[in-house]
Amino acid sequence: MAQEEIDKAIAGDYKLGFEIDIEQDTVPPGLNEDVIRFISKKKDEPDWMTELRLKAYRKWLEMEEPHWANVEYEPIDYQAISYFSAPKQKPKSLDEVDPKILEAYEKLGIPLEEQKQLQGIAVDAVVDSVSVKTTYADELKKLGIIFCSISEAIRDYPELIKKYMFSVVPMNDNFYAALNSTVFTDGTFVYIPKGVRCPMELSTYFRINALNTGQFERTLIVADEGSYVSYNEGCSAPMRDDSQLHAAVVELVALKDAEIKYSTIQNWYPGDKDGKGGIYNFVTKRGLCLGENSKISWTQVETGSVITWKYPSCILKGDGSVGEFYSVAVTTLAQQADTGTKMIHLGKNTSSTIISKGISAMKGQNSYRGLVKIGKDAFGARNFSECDSLLIGSRCGAHTFPYLEDKSSHAKVEHEATTTKISEEQLFYLRQRGIDEENAVSMIVHGFCKDVFAHLPMEYAVEARSLLELTLEGSVG
Amino acid sequence: MNMVEIKDLYANIGDKKILKGLNLELQEGKVHVIMGPNGAGKSTLSKAIVGHYDIEIENGSIVYKGEDITELEPEERALKGIFLSFQNPVEVPGVSNAYFLRTAVNAKRKYEGKEELNAAEFLRKAKETANFLGMKPELLNRSLNEGFSGGEKKRNETLQMLLLEPDFIILDEIDSGLDIDALRAVSEGINKLKDGKRTFLVITHYSRILDYIKPDVVHVLKDGKIVKTAGSELVEVLEKEGYAALGES
Repeated sequence: MAQEEIDKAIAGDYKLGFEIDIEQDTVPPGLNEDVIRFISKKKDEPDWMTELRLKAYRKWLEMEEPHWANVEYEPIDYQAISYFSAPKQKPKSLDEVDPKILEAYEKLGIPLEEQKQLQGIAVDAVVDSVSVKTTYADELKKLGIIFCSISEAIRDYPELIKKYMFSVVPMNDNFYAALNSTVFTDGTFVYIPKGVRCPMELSTYFRINALNTGQFERTLIVADEGSYVSYNEGCSAPMRDDSQLHAAVVELVALKDAEIKYSTIQNWYPGDKDGKGGIYNFVTKRGLCLGENSKISWTQVETGSVITWKYPSCILKGDGSVGEFYSVAVTTLAQQADTGTKMIHLGKNTSSTIISKGISAMKGQNSYRGLVKIGKDAFGARNFSECDSLLIGSRCGAHTFPYLEDKSSHAKVEHEATTTKISEEQLFYLRQRGIDEENAVSMIVHGFCKDVFAHLPMEYAVEARSLLELTLEGSVG
Repeated sequence: MNMVEIKDLYANIGDKKILKGLNLELQEGKVHVIMGPNGAGKSTLSKAIVGHYDIEIENGSIVYKGEDITELEPEERALKGIFLSFQNPVEVPGVSNAYFLRTAVNAKRKYEGKEELNAAEFLRKAKETANFLGMKPELLNRSLNEGFSGGEKKRNETLQMLLLEPDFIILDEIDSGLDIDALRAVSEGINKLKDGKRTFLVITHYSRILDYIKPDVVHVLKDGKIVKTAGSELVEVLEKEGYAALGES
């Protein structure tokens, strides 16, 4: 069938039930095929993408919301969410912004211009970051690196998208991934060509771009043979956000000898002390080490959201491939986090390392859930897991759920787990030496997280440290 | 002149009454020893002086350099020059010993209005001192007390003492679990700080450490009270006849 005819056929169908005015910037709450077509149209997408979205939607309809995580929350009404809306009324100046947020910016040392951008305030065109962005974009282009929004990629690089999108996280992988596949509105696409080492931390200079990606973000990073990229997502600054449910999908693909380092700092609104108003963060992140000797490394510092449910995982398919997961998850106030990783060893001599540090304070509940799966052909596979929990005070909790499935008899798997209460004795020791309580706590907490912070890019590690201090401020004593 | 005056001190741990009307005066520049049987309240006394969270003061006061410190936070007491060498120093994983030491030293310098030491200046001083105590220099780079042997922990306590240069030093069972070399090194460190101004309170139930650190005054603590105070000759008496020989007060 010629493209034109397909278009016509679809358009015909489309007209029948389609009651939404395309000129509008928003759709009424609820999800149906018309809404999906509307989103796709709004994003100026080719028909194949529209079809993929519809396919995902039909699968999603058959799926049930999972409830196995160790978290509790009020049921979500998916028909009450508006899946495409114009940006909300933005503040005109920093004077209209919650002073508490400004105080946090101050403590994190965020420059004024960036503060404005974070709050969605229009910034003068002369602001440096614009030209910085262009400069770096040119440099990347010369190396053949593609770094653009996922919507642009769908239009401009359909072959890469068709080949790799849904290849790591299938559209029906889970309830939230299916929902994301149906309604994702933005996100990032990165492609690093063969043998190219990306010369900068991606998104460090671009993070303003990544801000308005919204609740159904979709990221795809492909590292071709022998290439390297370090990608940073999010930032420590509390961000303006009106939507409560976040269901992002991140797919990473590393070909032969390629390496992807993916770092996250997540600091979305955690809600008040009773958890009211916080963001639900239900994310699917997965990396595929497709080629031999490829490597994928996840490093995350999670301090925000009222509920976090995320398991950045690695499928170690290529022989000799390496997966790493380094995580610090902090829950304070009434936050709940169920996070961890999955390391699926399929290739020979694959190895994985898991270092997970959970910190709970106030009424925070922190669960580590990890799966190490060794396939029957994964001769010589190795895994090392270390899960440590630190409790501050007596109302919080830490839980560890490690799972191991070993189908080969040649694997070497080690697991260590500890739970420590931030001991009064440690605190007192430091205080007896003249170090005040707040500094003593932050010293102990940083000591606890050291192994993870060591894996963050320098600049990010500094942010993570201050963020941690800010998050735990006042949670002791 | 008295550096420390403890008056009618009643202190509890939980429901347990431990110190029951203790009176004690410690003179400036002198080495005081407190001896006594297990469970007499020796460690409780040292904890009460530094403001440990376990201790509830029911009555009485602790006056240091003329100031009542009974209600002060532990770090305030530390900054004013009170130092406790812990019987069992706690391990703090991930916090480098050198970083911790520098933070503590600079907190004190800042409090005293002195300029803070930079990393290089501090490290030179710390290495020198560690060397004097016969400590392996790599212990400075390790996590604070983590995996240290008993002797290494006590040497590290002494290192902190030498770097912080406190005015009032409490040594709680500093000799427990030390071999003879470590005992000598630690004692040398302590003696180095004896300058006729600093006051020492040595808490022990063995007289072994006293061969190295000469006491000026000996107190016997029994059942929550000081029951006897005398010169260093008392050590020998106690050694021979035990605590039972002392009459009830």
